[in-house]
Amino acid sequence: MLTLNDYLLVSGLLFAIGLAGVMLRRNIIVIFMCLEMMLSAANLSLVAFSRFNTQSGLPDYNGQMLVFLIITVAAAEVAVGLAIIIALFRARRTVHVDDIDAMKH
Amino acid sequence: MPSVLFYLFSAIMLGFGILVVALRNPVSSALSLAMSFLGLAALFVSLGAFFIGIIQVLVYAGAVMVLFLFIIMLFDIKAEERRKLNLPAVIGGIVLVLIFTLQLATVLSDFQPGKRQINTVPLDPANALATRHANGLTVPTIDKDLAAGELPDVKLIGETLFTKYNFHLQIVGVLLLVATVGVIVISRREDKTVEPVPAK
Repeated sequence: MLTLNDYLLVSGLLFAIGLAGVMLRRNIIVIFMCLEMMLSAANLSLVAFSRFNTQSGLPDYNGQMLVFLIITVAAAEVAVGLAIIIALFRARRTVHVDDIDAMKH
Repeated sequence: MPSVLFYLFSAIMLGFGILVVALRNPVSSALSLAMSFLGLAALFVSLGAFFIGIIQVLVYAGAVMVLFLFIIMLFDIKAEERRKLNLPAVIGGIVLVLIFTLQLATVLSDFQPGKRQINTVPLDPANALATRHANGLTVPTIDKDLAAGELPDVKLIGETLFTKYNFHLQIVGVLLLVATVGVIVISRREDKTVEPVPAK
């Protein structure tokens, strides 16, 4: 049978893949997608905790409320982040993060 | 949910997640991410979180991925050309991920509450109904579903959201408004070449 650890392991592995994407990829849009993946991985562990911590026979809905709020905030964050990427692309004509090094010099 | 479905959807989620990182074309990455989110939504449903699963499909696999694809289309980004790899950064990233995975395995192997099996914490609508009545909570539609032995997930979410978390919901509404206005302000083209309307 499935245990809580199975879900937590899968969630942690998804987070690790997202982290690898943020560290390894140089395209700012793909980096942003990997960030979304990491947020969703955190959601999976929250929902798993909510299901395994039953309150008198029902899942703990406080955890699912947190997931709901995270999804809402993530949607707002995507909108603002993509707007910033558009402004950046207009100014620099690149989405390659190695080309955006104004603060290095 | 049978274990085989859990492993199937986990494999879909993690496999397409790896493709997001591995594929060089941003459009392929975005579509892989949509598939990965669909697998994740199936895992949510397997945990009895039907509402969160549907929201995951609607908001992430639907709205957010379409937004990403629009941006990629707008920029007309071709597949990344191969550049010389920044070797220290790559090695650092891989080492960091390996350390994280190792840490995860160590923590989970020691995490005793995590060894509970899903059938030792069953959903119990009859018990929930009795507890809710003892606490003076009687919502007719929820009571009807619980008495029929079903989990009225969306109704319970709605009840929690509009009673216990009503204030938080309104704060998030304000946040969405601020984000919408912010997006318009940030992405507005600052066109200084527009000629003023000539006076007659």
